[in-house]
Amino acid sequence: MTLTLVGLSHRGTPVAVRERAFVPLPQAGELATSLAVEGEAVCLSTCNRTELYVVGEDAERRALAVLESISGLAGDELRAVVYRLADEAAALHLFRVAAGLDSLVPGEGEILGQVRAAFEEGATGPVLDRLFRQALHAGKKVRAETAIAESPASVSSAAAALAQQVFGRLDECRVLLVGAGHVAELAARSLAARGASIAFVANRSPQRAAELASAFAGEGIGLDRAAAVLGEVDVVLSSTGSPGWVLGREEVDGALRDRKGRPLFLIDLAVPRDLDPAIHELDACYLYDIDDLESVVAASLAGRRREAARAEAIVAEEAESFREWQASREVVPAIASLRAWAEEIRAGELARVRGRLGLSEAQEEAVESITAQIVNKLLHPPTVRLKEAAAGADGGGYAEAVRHLFDLRDPDD
Amino acid sequence: MAEYLFGFAFLAYAAAAIAYAADARRPGPAGRIATWGVRLGWLLQTALLVEEAARANGFPWSTWAGSLNLFVWLVVSVYLVWGCRTRYRLLGLAVMPVAAGLLVVARLGGGIGGGSTSSYSTTFLVVHVGLLSFAFAAFTLAAALSGLYLWQERRLKSRRPAALLGRAPSLLTLETLTSRTIAVALPALTAGIVAGLVRLRDQGASVDALMAVTLGTWAVYGSYLVLRYEAGWHGRRAAYLALVGFAFVVVARLGLQVSHFS
Repeated sequence: MTLTLVGLSHRGTPVAVRERAFVPLPQAGELATSLAVEGEAVCLSTCNRTELYVVGEDAERRALAVLESISGLAGDELRAVVYRLADEAAALHLFRVAAGLDSLVPGEGEILGQVRAAFEEGATGPVLDRLFRQALHAGKKVRAETAIAESPASVSSAAAALAQQVFGRLDECRVLLVGAGHVAELAARSLAARGASIAFVANRSPQRAAELASAFAGEGIGLDRAAAVLGEVDVVLSSTGSPGWVLGREEVDGALRDRKGRPLFLIDLAVPRDLDPAIHELDACYLYDIDDLESVVAASLAGRRREAARAEAIVAEEAESFREWQASREVVPAIASLRAWAEEIRAGELARVRGRLGLSEAQEEAVESITAQIVNKLLHPPTVRLKEAAAGADGGGYAEAVRHLFDLRDPDD
Repeated sequence: MAEYLFGFAFLAYAAAAIAYAADARRPGPAGRIATWGVRLGWLLQTALLVEEAARANGFPWSTWAGSLNLFVWLVVSVYLVWGCRTRYRLLGLAVMPVAAGLLVVARLGGGIGGGSTSSYSTTFLVVHVGLLSFAFAAFTLAAALSGLYLWQERRLKSRRPAALLGRAPSLLTLETLTSRTIAVALPALTAGIVAGLVRLRDQGASVDALMAVTLGTWAVYGSYLVLRYEAGWHGRRAAYLALVGFAFVVVARLGLQVSHFS
């Protein structure tokens, strides 16, 4: 049966349509079950795509009808944004998606978990089970064998990645957040997601500092106390609207004496800058401003795009392997029918002459064995040829020829 | 047999060194080839040492080249404890070319042929040569870690975007591993020195220049541990001190040929 993919994604579909077409995970499972009537279906829905993978009769028409109903688009409007792929092309597409090659940021890691979740919620059978397992394998392989997912893709993740280059695991790192705005909060969340604890939030408004600090189980302090707690933290993340330096070289230098050489990592996300650039000259102090982080991200994205070429090769290899498996499925019923037909003749002929020959038990066993061997030897070359043909592109034609020549029916018929 | 084992061990180490270089340029399958090269080379060198010991009916490390062979094996052994992890592949780039090179030096110096029974007692060889070689191997690793620390520190200070990407151990990890390696090696060095001094006293000999260098090595690494754990030395200062200690190790290893094996 044909594998069909019908979907829409960030490539060509505006966010207003994508958000209408988005299906939350539990509903995606229900949708897959309703689509998989006498077949298989998986609904993969993220903020960037909604895709329906269906195996079964009339799959494309049914999938389009579902997309039409959830996206609110109809007719030509839907056809203009939707893509329809079958078999090998559908498999290659899913493998690229799982590898992060179809994402906005090449190699982003979240999609692999989303593919897994969609697979687990889906109504799968032999084809989609194999397809999604192989897609997950391809996604992991790409991340293991290329550097596509290693470098940061946003300013906040670049800051966290650089902090990890200094401290390794961030579990034991304490962070001082200077400023309580949205930018600082986002960067703090990125650090917290990697295990760092937000120990202090310093802000001009102590009330806002306390509010944000409570979200991270930290302590809110006034901006004037920021220098006083430098000895107690490992990372300083600053993003205020202050027109001058919030922390100067002398203040940091004073705090370093208590740190006994333990590194201090400072991130300045503010424009104009909050932290005196001369701090970077101090021993064991590493200060990065927004320009530094943005150039890290730019270099990182360029690196990801270079790695994408290697990832494409891995994905193509996996898609070819899936194609071979799918092709072999076409000939397996023909081989099974051929063998069943031969066995039926062998057993029938033996039964017909057994009474006339008057053989002993041992002789009967020998005849059973020898006839089975003859049948196996006769069927071995066509079986091998059929499997070889399946690995190529003409497995279906060979299978049909065998069925025609030997007047076979499928074993399930 | 020894020639084959040496040849294959050298090839495995050299292949690992080349693969580490390829991995540093472009991370990927070369890193895994390097890791397996180190493991395979280590197994082959282990077999080489066992074969030599069997032929010599004891420990064939009483020559300078023989002890160098053992030293290389110990360096790779210590490296294998954690060095094959992905993040430490840069360390492999520092260690494996040196290991392959020193193995060739040991071969040229006759340290592979072995076969002669040692003039020293087995117990003395194990305690003195074994422990000192182990300590020196660990100090070599500590020096490579310190070198990597200084390199990583410089990258972070440079703030060049391309330099900030890529796989390297963190500064704190490198610092911790260096101090732990030295903390494990120093007791071995101490025990090895004590064994040597006891033998020296029994023979009524006096302390020579090499022994003075070895005692100097002990003093530098002892200071390192005191300053690191008592005075809270971190960062570049500690890394430079570990490298000073390694300079003593190099002098001691080179001096071995002149004073003990000439």
